[in-house]
Amino acid sequence: MLSYATKRIGLAILILFVVMLAMYAMVFLVPGDPASLALGPRATPELKAQLIERMGLDQPIYIQVWNFFRNAATGDLGYDVWSKRPVLDQILEVFPNTLFLGAVALGWALVLGIALGCIAVVYRGTLTDAVLGLLSVSMISVPSFVIALYSLVIFSVWLGWLPAIGAGEKGDWGSQLRAVILPAFAIGIPWVGYLARLVRASMLKVMGANHIRTARAFGLPERRIMTHYALRIAIIPTIAIIAVGFGSILSSAVFVETVFSRPGIGTLITSAVSKRNYPAVMGTVLFMTAFYLFVVTAADLLIARLDPRVRDVFRG
Amino acid sequence: MSSVADPSPAIAAPRGGQPLRRLLHDPMGLLGLILVAAFVAMALFAPWAAPYDPLKIDVANKLKPPSMAHWAGTDQLGRDTLSRLIWGARTALAIALTATGIAGVIGLALGLIAGYGPRWLDGILVLIFDSLSSMPMIMFALAVITVVGPGTPTLILVIVLVSIPGYARLIRTQTLGLKTADFILAERAMGASPLRILLWHLLPNVVGPLVIILSMDIPVVIMLEAGLSYLNLGVKPPVPSWGNILYDGYTNLRQSPVMVIAAGIPLILATIGFTFLGEGLRDALDPRLQVRPR
Repeated sequence: MLSYATKRIGLAILILFVVMLAMYAMVFLVPGDPASLALGPRATPELKAQLIERMGLDQPIYIQVWNFFRNAATGDLGYDVWSKRPVLDQILEVFPNTLFLGAVALGWALVLGIALGCIAVVYRGTLTDAVLGLLSVSMISVPSFVIALYSLVIFSVWLGWLPAIGAGEKGDWGSQLRAVILPAFAIGIPWVGYLARLVRASMLKVMGANHIRTARAFGLPERRIMTHYALRIAIIPTIAIIAVGFGSILSSAVFVETVFSRPGIGTLITSAVSKRNYPAVMGTVLFMTAFYLFVVTAADLLIARLDPRVRDVFRG
Repeated sequence: MSSVADPSPAIAAPRGGQPLRRLLHDPMGLLGLILVAAFVAMALFAPWAAPYDPLKIDVANKLKPPSMAHWAGTDQLGRDTLSRLIWGARTALAIALTATGIAGVIGLALGLIAGYGPRWLDGILVLIFDSLSSMPMIMFALAVITVVGPGTPTLILVIVLVSIPGYARLIRTQTLGLKTADFILAERAMGASPLRILLWHLLPNVVGPLVIILSMDIPVVIMLEAGLSYLNLGVKPPVPSWGNILYDGYTNLRQSPVMVIAAGIPLILATIGFTFLGEGLRDALDPRLQVRPR
């Protein structure tokens, strides 16, 4: 287990290193320097010189790269071009909003997805199963930002039931909860479909196993077999998928947060991209990549704990 | 971009019957085929199908609700929304085909090189693929857009870059599986050059699953195009794109919610159609590949 963990964490760090290098190299691949990129064509030479000095662009490249890595290692992701505030501060300010949104979205999707998957297994081969299958695929393929726009029109504009913008008042749980419902609904829909399919497939595989047949032979009720013996095993692949899926949840969050003008990583990075605020974009991308790698690695380690076969595969 | 649940070294043997007939007998595949055909027809015949010029501004008739003259109403500049949506299909299809085509070819080449080439090169390529695919897709896309600047060519570049790792890995796994197959060993023993083995023997055997994955990725690309255009980071207005129309509708939501509703429909139908068709094709050709939300 320990050697597996070391290898897995080492790989994650190596990947993060390559990503950072790629991010940094990208700036040099395009004509023009980040300072004029951010300031635009109308920048005065003084302003530009000032920014170049502040970003350390007047130093040789190897020193720049070294500084970049050293700073990133200590949590310094540079300064916003416009507000001149540390990028990390801005990220940490809105990150909890995005995390909360992702967690709520994933939470309700898990409950409904697993339930639908189990229903499909119980009624396998019947019309219910076929309809659920069709429904799952449709849910997977509808873009979440269109669901967000539609639910905004229906529930906020027409019915006026839920807020159309923002993430709720700070410290007021009620308003935060009301503000999260629609975005979490939009992000969760594709996941309900996906999890339902996944749970169905993995349950069907488990249902054919020997210990299930034994349980049946013992005369245990079907419901108990499902929840106590089948689902417990069938849920393991879901953990890996959820971790990897966190990346796609973050992607949908970028669009959905913009629809609901909800402060978060998505709105932060899109406004930075449209202003070509280079340090803010790169900082956010790095932060999110590191976070994502952390989640995926943690999930891999968790699965390796739950299922020893995984460790052996990695060793061989 | 695509996940492969259980990469199979060779194309699965058909389970009897013609793939096309099996596709047509599957209600999901048939529905997908119909929707996709409608979408493609809309894109191809846009100049004839659209009742108005999609760029013609008529400020006197701005933000009108649906009427006999304008079935889907008009936008904030008085342009006919229906005509813009029909032309938007052309934009979506052109970008999806160009981007997946380029990404498919590059992914195929890199995958073959990684799978059949020297081990050190394979190691480097896999590390690069892993690094690229370990960034949340949209984060990487936004980073590229910041550096290059938004626009249609950037959009295609972004889609190509985020798609390549998935395709290359798929091809690599397939190639690795075939590398030691008897017929390849026989070719090598007879002195065939590596290039000949790659192009004549490996390529035809690995390209099948890639085609399925490519077709299953088209809805994802359409979604990404619409999403980024919606954020004003994709296709530049006034070019009609579903994402741009959704954005125009979003900014004029209070006066005219029709635009958002109308622009969402073709986008949903197109993505559902392509997904259904992809699922149908997958079931008919190779049931071992899988999609996941992105």
